[in-house]
Amino acid sequence: MMNGSPKKTRKTVIVSPSPIVAEGLKSLLAGSGSEFAVCGTFDEPEGFFERAPLLRPDLILIDPVVFDFQRRKSVRSYFDSYPQATLVAVVYGFIEPETLKQFHGSVLIYDDGHKIIRKLRQAVDERGAETEPAGEGYELTDREREILVSVAKGMTNKEIADVHHISVHTVISHRKNITRKTGIKTVSGLTVYALLNNLIDYSEIE
Amino acid sequence: MKHLLFTPRMKMADLIHANYRLLFVLPRFGISLGFGDKSIGEICRICGISETLFLLVCHVYTFDDFLPEPGELHTFTADDLTGYLHRSHEDYIGQQMPEIRRQVLALSGCCEAKNGRILERFFADYSREVVNHFDYEETVVFPYIHNLSAGRRSDEGYSIGQFEENHSNIEEKLGDLKNILIKYLPGLPSEGPRRTLLLDLFLLEDDLNKHSLIEDRILVPLVEQLEERMR
Repeated sequence: MMNGSPKKTRKTVIVSPSPIVAEGLKSLLAGSGSEFAVCGTFDEPEGFFERAPLLRPDLILIDPVVFDFQRRKSVRSYFDSYPQATLVAVVYGFIEPETLKQFHGSVLIYDDGHKIIRKLRQAVDERGAETEPAGEGYELTDREREILVSVAKGMTNKEIADVHHISVHTVISHRKNITRKTGIKTVSGLTVYALLNNLIDYSEIE
Repeated sequence: MKHLLFTPRMKMADLIHANYRLLFVLPRFGISLGFGDKSIGEICRICGISETLFLLVCHVYTFDDFLPEPGELHTFTADDLTGYLHRSHEDYIGQQMPEIRRQVLALSGCCEAKNGRILERFFADYSREVVNHFDYEETVVFPYIHNLSAGRRSDEGYSIGQFEENHSNIEEKLGDLKNILIKYLPGLPSEGPRRTLLLDLFLLEDDLNKHSLIEDRILVPLVEQLEERMR
């Protein structure tokens, strides 16, 4: 599996009304090898939203001035349909901290190239940890397998939490991930999974 | 969309060509195959079934977003509809489930003994739930509706609003069974029995989904109208 390997290419989109900024960012990112591949530049967000379903970017670099702040709509609400994407503000003047907080990161156009790359990498990584705590694979993690065994044995969420020293909330989120990955929703279905994969023995459930 | 719907003047045979899943529906209305070139209307008259109800069921089966007009619900009785649902239950319990059970056993015979046992147990579990679910409808829901349509309101505080919650678990178990067969039962020397079983499970799942749709889109609104009248 590609555990945070730096070689993974991030599809990147630039939204800025300034061709100088857009072109500058583009050549800077091109200098970084294949880590950030620019798949589109737009001078206003509407153009981006039209194309976004096809582009499916991992990283969106936006000049915050493109949004109409009079409407007081949060920046993130524009990007609800792209829950996996990382939003990074490209800043060259004063932006209210409240606004800036809505982005996952920000770069200053006065930053040097290495710093910009580093900041982007950091924003993407942090975001990745948030949205996909169990990694991108379809296979169950060791932890999920342990939880599944407990579920198959008929334990309640509370009992599982106690045994594994985690919160009930965490148990529930593991169970959600288990169901998402396996497609199996019922306890008896999970028991079958555990039996077929030799994670438990019949004697443990009878 | 109205012009796309089936009409009583259509040939019954063309209906089946348009949607072969209606093969499940005909016997529940007491219609046998071999009806020649008769129209839907003729066959409904011969078999003594409500033409509107028959077409409503066919429409729900065929058009995903079909919703009956409130007025259409008055042209047949609640007992006509529960009669159809009752015969559907008999069909599931008496025909389809036993057939699928035979296929589960055939597959289990090709598996490692341990895996075969796991599979049979899960299926037995699932069958039991299906039976319980239909049993509940037969012993609680249908008598309630029968009394209601006869103008008697039961005093047990049941109302059709409680009805809709009940479907999800048997659907989930069936989905699990499919996933187990597709993904987790290890490969076998001959995959015929597994494929046959899976294809039938997909058909069963579709048919059960339509069955719940008929309950949700025809039965529930009809009973709500009856309840309204009792107030």
